[in-house]
Amino acid sequence: MNLHAVKAIYGYEMARMRRTLVQSVVAPVLTTSLYFIVFGAAIGSRISEIDGIDYGAFIVPGLIMLAILTESLSNSSFAIYFPRFTGTVFELLSAPVAWYEAVLGYVGAAATKSVIIGSIILITSNLFVDVRVEHPVLMLAFLVMTAVSFSLFGFILGVWADTWEKLSIVPALVITPLTFLGGSFYSISMLPPLFQTLSLFNPVVYLISGFRWSFYENSDVPVMISLAMTVGFLVLCLAIVRWIFVTGYRLRN
Amino acid sequence: MEPILTLKGLQKRFGDFEALKGVDLEIERGEIFALLGPNGAGKTTLISIVCGITRPSDGDVKVSGFDIADDYRESRSIIGLVPQELPVEAFETVWDTVSFSRGLFGKSKNPQHIEKVLKSLSLWEKKDARIIDLSGGMKRRVLIAKALSHEPELLFLDEPTAGVDVELRQDMWNVVRELREAGVTIVLTTHYIEEAEEMADRVGVINHGEIILVRDKDVLMKELGRKQLFIHLQTPLETLPEGFADFDLELVDDGAELCYTYDTRGERTGITRLLSELQAAGIAYNDLRTRQSSLEDIFVDLVRSDA
Repeated sequence: MNLHAVKAIYGYEMARMRRTLVQSVVAPVLTTSLYFIVFGAAIGSRISEIDGIDYGAFIVPGLIMLAILTESLSNSSFAIYFPRFTGTVFELLSAPVAWYEAVLGYVGAAATKSVIIGSIILITSNLFVDVRVEHPVLMLAFLVMTAVSFSLFGFILGVWADTWEKLSIVPALVITPLTFLGGSFYSISMLPPLFQTLSLFNPVVYLISGFRWSFYENSDVPVMISLAMTVGFLVLCLAIVRWIFVTGYRLRN
Repeated sequence: MEPILTLKGLQKRFGDFEALKGVDLEIERGEIFALLGPNGAGKTTLISIVCGITRPSDGDVKVSGFDIADDYRESRSIIGLVPQELPVEAFETVWDTVSFSRGLFGKSKNPQHIEKVLKSLSLWEKKDARIIDLSGGMKRRVLIAKALSHEPELLFLDEPTAGVDVELRQDMWNVVRELREAGVTIVLTTHYIEEAEEMADRVGVINHGEIILVRDKDVLMKELGRKQLFIHLQTPLETLPEGFADFDLELVDDGAELCYTYDTRGERTGITRLLSELQAAGIAYNDLRTRQSSLEDIFVDLVRSDA
């Protein structure tokens, strides 16, 4: 295994995060805090509790998931799209690097950044509300798996996109709506029956539900189904990334 | 000794277009091989395939005996590539980007080696500069430093001196000479054919995706090089004199000079006989000079005859 290459890619990506600390860390934390103030304080004053959980505390897992999804996606898609755009990807393609080593470097760094941001948001949330974590190991597992899955998904997006517009279209038109409609700020049990059924076709519902269960043992769908969906999504993305490297799709002529 | 690079029947098709049509080529260890060809001849495609950037449609490529597909780790780890374009990480520092390349190619950190490479390319003073702040020539140096960071045995230089100033070009060729002395094999493509003439041990000419010639440079110059004798006449002529049909003669410079093209490999050049017959015909001359055709002349002739 070319561990030096993994370390080089990972280090390079983490250095980019340090160089752009405000954009990478401060911006998402500020955005999430604003969500927290608007939804938690303003709307939360009219909704005191959901399933016995204080509304402010209820939305914390959703807010963390929202940040994890968007940050994982944008970090990893940019990490591979930018070298393709500038042409520096030739170096990765000509290096003695296996697909899984490239994934470990790029996706590992993107997922690490997301987990750091998620952790900061969790800590920040404690300043506003009392957050308890009933199952910390499961919470961490959901956090890491979701970060890895969406970093893989972002990598696929970064390889597929051949314009900046395409790069931003999926997060803006697909991921953000799915996340907002995935129960970040509400329980799907609060929706009319038709919309409850429709929500079950939204994969983000399973991620948020499972993650919330690890906090409060409260979920919209059984936690094992959430776990299975998360693992399934991760495996699917991993298989697609492997296929990209094996076939050279949009990477090699 | 086993060649460091062996291509057998290498083909590359882009849809209906055949970029490489069954290329066979061997590069010996320690040599400088100049690959010449007009734009679109297939030079960059060939290099890209060997380096793993482009997949071949057919054929075998072995680097130091390692197949580029089956043993990609071994083959790629001994190759360095300086691409034709200037793709650089704009916001990285010179030191970081060169160190990154070394790691990517599976080598542990070696600040002494990076320092040596940067100094040899006059980049040491700029080691902490961001690449975006460097001139085009300095960026080209950074690309060379990146390619040398992992101590490759086989270095591809794809148009390395395109768009760089004379000073930098000299620096680069000094580095190339040092690398050759250290045993590194160098394959270069260049538009400056005089550089190939000066630097290369062997020359390959590629056109329309086919290697049309591979020859030791000195042999090539002797075999295909023409030599011309220019005879400056005391009185300019309007037409070629009669009785000289046996000689490859032409009038140049508005009839002020006779140009005689002859074969340097022949037993007799015919110069003595020509001069005697000119004297006998009463054609007086007051100066003589000769000119050896350059690699560029040979290259142009080859490519034209292949068109």
